[in-house]
Amino acid sequence: MEKILEIDDLHVHFTTYGGTVQAVRGVSLYLNKGETLAIVGESGSGKSVTSNSIMQLIPSPPGKIVKGSIRFKGRDLVRTSKKEMRAIRGVDISMIFQDPMTALNPTLTVGDQLTEGLKQHTSISTDSAKQKAIDMLRLVGITDPESRFKQYPHQFSGGMRQRIVIAMALICEPDLLIADEPTTALDVTIQAQIMELFSEIQEKTGVSIILVTHDLGVVARVADRVAVMYGGKIVETGDKDAIFYNPQHPYTVGLLHSVPRLDMQEAVLQPIDGTPPDLFAPPQGCPFTARCAHAMQVCANVYPPATNLSASHQVECWLQDARANRAASLMKR
Amino acid sequence: MAIYLIRRFLIMIATIFVIATLTFILMHSIPGNPFTTQDRSTSEAVQENLNAHYHLDEPMLIQYGIWLKSLMTFDFGPSIKQPTETVNDLLSRGFPISAELGMWTITIALLSGITLGVLAALKHNGIIDYIAMTLAVLGISVPNFILATLLIQQLAVNLQLLPAATWSSPMHMIMPIIALATGPTAIIARLTRSSMLEVLTQDYIKTARAKGLSPAKIVIKHALRNALMPVVTILGTLVAAILTGTFVIERIFAIPGMGKYFVESINNRDYPVIMGTTVFYSAFLIFMLFLVDVVYSILDPRIKLHKKGGS
Repeated sequence: MEKILEIDDLHVHFTTYGGTVQAVRGVSLYLNKGETLAIVGESGSGKSVTSNSIMQLIPSPPGKIVKGSIRFKGRDLVRTSKKEMRAIRGVDISMIFQDPMTALNPTLTVGDQLTEGLKQHTSISTDSAKQKAIDMLRLVGITDPESRFKQYPHQFSGGMRQRIVIAMALICEPDLLIADEPTTALDVTIQAQIMELFSEIQEKTGVSIILVTHDLGVVARVADRVAVMYGGKIVETGDKDAIFYNPQHPYTVGLLHSVPRLDMQEAVLQPIDGTPPDLFAPPQGCPFTARCAHAMQVCANVYPPATNLSASHQVECWLQDARANRAASLMKR
Repeated sequence: MAIYLIRRFLIMIATIFVIATLTFILMHSIPGNPFTTQDRSTSEAVQENLNAHYHLDEPMLIQYGIWLKSLMTFDFGPSIKQPTETVNDLLSRGFPISAELGMWTITIALLSGITLGVLAALKHNGIIDYIAMTLAVLGISVPNFILATLLIQQLAVNLQLLPAATWSSPMHMIMPIIALATGPTAIIARLTRSSMLEVLTQDYIKTARAKGLSPAKIVIKHALRNALMPVVTILGTLVAAILTGTFVIERIFAIPGMGKYFVESINNRDYPVIMGTTVFYSAFLIFMLFLVDVVYSILDPRIKLHKKGGS
């Protein structure tokens, strides 16, 4: 399958008065054409920073990509000039942000905001831009798009606004859509509708999607592959089924256990005890060591190398390392 | 919209009526009348004749009625101290000059204040930011009459670049406008900067950047419009401040505007002129505040002046 995006060893640092935050510490991932990759993890794990890096939207200063490459259709976005990057944003790669209530400019009409990107990047006439925007609004399920076109964001509900944001992101027919927690600010019924919309749009347009979320329910619904992030690193990545039915990293297991289930017998959820690592001074070894029930001496000192469990399932954990089995069998003797 | 305008107009009339009444009460609660001041040479009989001529011997309520009548007909009668001229003459002669000064001031204050504020916000914590904000603090702290005298001393007396006073050519206008506009410019610059900084962190700015728009377009189309809301809000107060500023500045630069008549009329207790200028100033200010509200609703579609229509 053709890889549309390849991130290799990405490091992103933020310089603050309190020191340097190492938000992303060596992330490598890829995205195939037409598939949906979900990046999951708790707050501060670096998933949003990773997705913003692809768009080169890290506020700089304080943020800086210190190492690594992001190859999009063979082109390294880290080394692309600002001007060239502007021609890529919105056209080849689009982004959807978390809160639809604030993602639209309150003083401009929805139609204006929909068409301005189109007008910026193509020499389209005002009339055909309008027609395209109206078609787009219809595609995302806005009724009566002709009159809605002239309205302002405050005249729409939250779910409607997120649909408009999605229409805005798709209007230039991008190859890659990055959705940064697109459903977090919406209520549950609307969440389901929006996720359904994503699937529909992917079917119609063949767009590749990176979905950043901490909601595993959303992941289960739409993702093809999942990357689990923790402490600025991808600790486990694999097909959706492998992650959900055969999780190998203790953090992934903990994450799955902390989701409420209908078939759950116990009355309480199992949270992951402890707090995420301090990324001002990230631990030398595995960042999950302090919270891991299976932590060993080696975990605190050396970061585990990636272990291939199958062609698509990878985990970075000493428990899965080939040497761990050997050690275990030695101990048994 | 029509209903709103009519309602708003009625409220404006009521406000002016209240101001007129308060002015009347205040004016007459000061002991004495226009003829009791310096000139003691007039005889009793002449005094009485004068009082009768200006209806000052009538009961207060009658005088109030006469005043209201003159207000309704926009005819404030002749000035007491300069009997050859009516109040309307003074207003029509002084107002265009004051208005010219005021409008130039507000235009220049808005243009330079907004530009400085935006530049400072875009170069946040850079050299431009520090220079602009130092200038702004200076501009707010130095009163306009100090600035005016300093300008005269330097530009007119020492360097002899500009004429020191009066109002007859564009060259004459430079110093008064600078003196009057510096304070408002500083206020507008600081306000624009802080609200611009806030707006630039908003999600919709990030959305605009994610669309691949050019920085100029993001700043002008997406950020500035939202950042100007607080500036428009204080515009009403600012107009009032500039208006009071004109009294002082007109005096310093010997500009024959309305301010001169206003201040002199109070010293002279020239009743018709006091009443005429006060009502005129208040009507002007109220109208400006109304304009500010209109501009506000144009800038922000969420604010509606009227309940029906629009959506």
